[in-house]
Amino acid sequence: MDYFLKLFLSGTAKGSIYALIALGYTMVYGIVQLINFAHGEVYMIGGFVALIVGGFFFTLGLPVPLVLLLSIIASVIFSSAFGFTIERLAYKPLRSKTRLSALISAIGISIVLQNFVLLAQTEKYLSFPSYLPELPFLLPVREYINSTQLIILATTSVIMVALTLLIKFTRMGKSMRATAQDKHMAQLVGVNINQVISVTFVIGSALAAVGGVLICSYMGQINYYIGFIAGIKAFVAAVLGGIGSIPGAVLGSFILGWTESLGTGYISSDYEDAYAFIILILILIIKPDGILGKNQKQKV
Amino acid sequence: MPLMELKNVCTFYGNIQALRDISLSVEEGEIVTLIGANGAGKSTTLMSICGITSIRSGQILLDGEDISHLSPHKIVSRGLSQVPEGRRIFPQLTVLENLDMGAFLRDDKELVKIDLDEVFEIFPRLAERRNQPGGTLSGGEQQMLAISRALMARPRILLLDEPSLGLAPIIVHNIFEIIKRINTERKTTIFLVEQNANMALKIANKGYVLQNGVIKMADSAEKLLQNAEVRKAYLGL
Ligand SMILES: Nc1ncnc2c1ncn2[C@@H]1O[C@H](COP(=O)(O)OP(=O)(O)OP(=O)(O)O)[C@@H](O)[C@H]1O
Ligand SMILES: [Mg+2]
Repeated sequence: MDYFLKLFLSGTAKGSIYALIALGYTMVYGIVQLINFAHGEVYMIGGFVALIVGGFFFTLGLPVPLVLLLSIIASVIFSSAFGFTIERLAYKPLRSKTRLSALISAIGISIVLQNFVLLAQTEKYLSFPSYLPELPFLLPVREYINSTQLIILATTSVIMVALTLLIKFTRMGKSMRATAQDKHMAQLVGVNINQVISVTFVIGSALAAVGGVLICSYMGQINYYIGFIAGIKAFVAAVLGGIGSIPGAVLGSFILGWTESLGTGYISSDYEDAYAFIILILILIIKPDGILGKNQKQKV
Repeated sequence: MPLMELKNVCTFYGNIQALRDISLSVEEGEIVTLIGANGAGKSTTLMSICGITSIRSGQILLDGEDISHLSPHKIVSRGLSQVPEGRRIFPQLTVLENLDMGAFLRDDKELVKIDLDEVFEIFPRLAERRNQPGGTLSGGEQQMLAISRALMARPRILLLDEPSLGLAPIIVHNIFEIIKRINTERKTTIFLVEQNANMALKIANKGYVLQNGVIKMADSAEKLLQNAEVRKAYLGL
């Protein structure tokens, strides 16, 4: 039972990071029906920015929590700018074309960004310092949950509540929901959908950046390829929960986190990355629209 | 100066020309109707006015100013509001949220509240269902909601695309009465697209007949009602 609890909690922490990335996929899909394949790269870039900015401030001798805060802020700003620019340059001009062209454009951007970072940095894994503090009050229960995991859980919980409130109650949130449901009608009531789409990419990218910093601190390493695998997994989580659905993305992410964690603990860690695809296949067979997905024909 | 005027508007879908040199004008306070058969280009005209479908040539003037190259939200902010074909209710938003979206561009919260009460007074059915998702309303209720949503914008011109489509005769009668009432009580100018030419011409001041993307006739509503060709083709008399 102890062993189970431990696995469950580490799966929860992992799932909550997947959720930060999966939300970006699902929000963008909900609004423009595009699988943004470059989203994983935005997350990876967030991690690198944190590494560089964090390293800089650390050598200046700033206290660690401040370094962490500054590097999260820097990576959020950088990644958001990336997300915004990618949409404007690579997707917006193709909006009136078939969906396939934007999808191909997304794959292209993903490859470009990976290679850009590969050339600008290195192909090797770089070690990523853990800026996350040790919380002394966790000492008695440290076998079950460590500080990093708790901080990850707390951060993602706060972000998810904030996102839910934003979507439910703000003017921008209402515009986003209206745009997701009927773009032309949203325009007819006066919504500036270009702005809504940009904001959606910016929010998705900002969440991915936070996820990037957290997971790099957790794993202790980073390279140019981490966006690909995390991106695929978060994408699986979004599809699992029903792409386009925000609660679905969160649920799918937790299911994925638990499956990986329990699968690794009870079956074998050799297949850690394969569990995601096994449940994806199962879901696609049993419930093609995902757990909370709307029952409609998917066109991608 | 007419409130709204179209001058030689041409609209294409790819290579297919849907509107050919459409010219028409709507004076402030009038009800003007555009009638025509399926595929004539009526909805295209409304979507061109609102900037959803971009026009290839011509001008769309509002208060004498060309709005044809503005984006839709800018056009709407100048006082146009459309009840589009097929109602286009936001299905997952509640009735109240749909109405709220109608008032999206307004910041006079007090007046919005008054308008909301007025809408609920015109359509008590919507008040009963205010917290129900829009997508679960019946067709007729959705039409009421679509009209109400457009009214919540307090437009200067209300564009209506076949508001009577698919409704029971008694409700159709009701809807036309309400359109008339909006025009007289609120002084809202109305541009009404209809296939139900008889009802439309009865409440309108002026009418245009659209055929294959071309304006075939333009006259006062009374004269069009008497016109032999119109009676034969659109009134089934
Ligand atoms: N998105 C589109 N792509 C291509 N062609 C279109 C599109 N929308 C409309 N058309 C064509 O343009 C022409 C005019 O269509 P429109 O919808 O304006 O007609 P309408 O007068 O509103 O007809 P109805 O009374 O059936 O609603 C039709 O021939 C239609 O096939
Ligand atoms: Mg039509």
